[in-house]
Amino acid sequence: MSAIHDLPEASLPKNNTGLLRFLTCGSVDDGKSTLIGRLLFDTKTILADTLSAIERTSHRRGLDEVDLSLLTDGLQAEREQGITIDVAYRYFSTGTRKYIIADAPGHEQYTRNMVTAASTANLAIILIDARKGILTQTRRHSYLAHLMGIQHIVVAINKMDLVNYDQAVFERIRCDYLAFAEQLGIKDIHFIPMSALKGDMVVERGEQMPWYTGLALLDVLENAPTAHSEEEEPFRFPVQFVCRPHKSDDPELHDFRGFMGRVESGSIGIGDAVTLLPSGKETHVKDIRVLDQSFDRAYAEQSVTLLLTDEIDISRGDMIVQSEISPQERTALPLVTRQLNAMVCWLAETPLDRQRKYLVRQATRESKAVVSAIEYRIDVNSLDRAPVESLQMNDIAHVVIRLAQPLSVDAYATNRAIGAFIIIDESTNNTVAAGMVL
Amino acid sequence: MSTLERQPTRPAKHILSHLDWLESEAIYILREVAGQCANPALLFSGGKDSIVLLRLAEKAFRPGRFPFPLLNIDTGHNYPEVLAFRDYRAAQLGERLIVRSVEDSMRRGTVVLKSPDELRNKHQSVTLLEAIEEFGFDCCIGGARRDEEKARAKERIFSFRDEFGQWDPKNQRPELWDLYNARVHKGENIRAFPISNWTELDVWQYIGREQLEIPSIYFSHERPIVRRNGLLQPITKLTPANPGEVVETMQVRFRTLGDVTCTAPVASDADTLEKIILETASTTITERGATRLDDQTSDASMEQRKKEGYF
Repeated sequence: MSAIHDLPEASLPKNNTGLLRFLTCGSVDDGKSTLIGRLLFDTKTILADTLSAIERTSHRRGLDEVDLSLLTDGLQAEREQGITIDVAYRYFSTGTRKYIIADAPGHEQYTRNMVTAASTANLAIILIDARKGILTQTRRHSYLAHLMGIQHIVVAINKMDLVNYDQAVFERIRCDYLAFAEQLGIKDIHFIPMSALKGDMVVERGEQMPWYTGLALLDVLENAPTAHSEEEEPFRFPVQFVCRPHKSDDPELHDFRGFMGRVESGSIGIGDAVTLLPSGKETHVKDIRVLDQSFDRAYAEQSVTLLLTDEIDISRGDMIVQSEISPQERTALPLVTRQLNAMVCWLAETPLDRQRKYLVRQATRESKAVVSAIEYRIDVNSLDRAPVESLQMNDIAHVVIRLAQPLSVDAYATNRAIGAFIIIDESTNNTVAAGMVL
Repeated sequence: MSTLERQPTRPAKHILSHLDWLESEAIYILREVAGQCANPALLFSGGKDSIVLLRLAEKAFRPGRFPFPLLNIDTGHNYPEVLAFRDYRAAQLGERLIVRSVEDSMRRGTVVLKSPDELRNKHQSVTLLEAIEEFGFDCCIGGARRDEEKARAKERIFSFRDEFGQWDPKNQRPELWDLYNARVHKGENIRAFPISNWTELDVWQYIGREQLEIPSIYFSHERPIVRRNGLLQPITKLTPANPGEVVETMQVRFRTLGDVTCTAPVASDADTLEKIILETASTTITERGATRLDDQTSDASMEQRKKEGYF
């Protein structure tokens, strides 16, 4: 079998609907690797030599069919154990849209991996084994996806081939899921009955489930909103780097001061009033540049260089934001604060030491920090809250953090890029926790 | 009806195409290196991936100079067209190019070949680490992509290396959102991979869109080859035909460039960027599968080299 691509996708796609990042949650038993393998296989992403390699391995293991889950087996250490122990990233394209899959292991002890995979995703696929229905891990995956700010959930009720493609099984699981999703506050959920093994309702619809009239998985992905595409967001531009060429022989470049960064949300145009944080000073946008080109507007996710009308001292770590349009719209500015109320996920094997000072990095700014209080730890399976004195790896908790320097933050629920932070242990320089501002 | 069945509400012109998105992400990563690292370097070989890196660096830092020099580790077995292109492009940009050679490491005795014809590719790690130490680099920017190989699919965009240059796949720093952590102690360093999320096709589409110059041997040309182990082996002074092998002249091009001794061309008539893009989109063989003699030894050979400090 060989995988032949359709030629038209070679040149730049005409109906380019951008790039969607999603994650898959489930355990080995749910058929997660098989689902990813099926997506890659049916979108003709797998090339002949890779396919023949997994055919050989499948044969060696005495399997009758090609085991598509072998495609996502990563590192030597994992292959020996037959499990996935870290987040892996996979790519495929349909010609109209490019996809990045974050493949995270589903086991409880890998909460940190799922949190990592979810941090950049805009959609989550939660796998349920049709024979088993909703399990503890289903609740855990759903809670974590919701906690990490993923708005769009696809519940893939897999292994329908093992329950005779029975609509009643699908409907029962669907009702069960909706009941608890309501408690969590998840709003956008899409249910798909599926057999990743046989290929039903992944890319092709198959013949077995005419009773299902919704979209197959790939069609859902093709139509899913990408990041920043749904609502108007306020302009946020953390400064990464200041460009001062100091070229005395070129009059234009002699006084050139460009503020380089990426528009994290919203958009900005030449002439717009902006506020610099944390100083609060105001100025206007004089120019928006990339190389020698000038643009009227810059939109979310674009990396540009901003030139401002006034000479104000700005450095890496400062943030350029849209000025308040009227006093009634005070919420339009981020909060400049020395205290964070946040949910954190502890990622390191070394537990939190509340005596110690850590480093918080948020947007492009860093500050020394101490965890001054732990309000509660949340049990990711039962969602019960309990008081604790410290945090261990994979713990998720509501904490209060005191900062040495002010940070400019939005609530994570309204702005992921400006509401997210990491905690770094300066003795090892390791990233020890991930946080979301409440 | 769920949101997932509705069309996106934002006007289409504000949605970045996948190439624009990838470009912007890579520029962001380069600027994070510049903002966080005291003394970075960009690994530039003259190959297509590092050619893309240079274009991205222009977009990230002009009208300023690059906040890092370009660094090349020369095995002494590179194609002359590629070395000439490397020097030409660095001069065109007006940026500083540092070249360190595996042959110097051999003279110093830090690289010892098991036999004179042993592949030098893996020994680049030694020379790279020596260059890192000589200049005190705390970060090396490379053009590796996650789609190239299984081990790379799990590597971080900012990948920590200890003072021996080793990558420990089981002990990687968590990497969330776009909050990269490039902090190191003295002697340790970071490898940063701005085009981690690009595929081979993305790279060619970008080269096509930006109309970037590339070394001539990426385009179809005539070359004497022999067929060996299912690959085309170019016949050069370094790689003569074995007795009994039939030397043919074929229309070929290189999909990937590296050491003469370990990089095989593919049969191809693609003599323009457009044809290369079409060919890349319709190929049935992975990039490394078609071209790399050094990855064929075992399924895990890239992982092994990375643990030893390879790019």
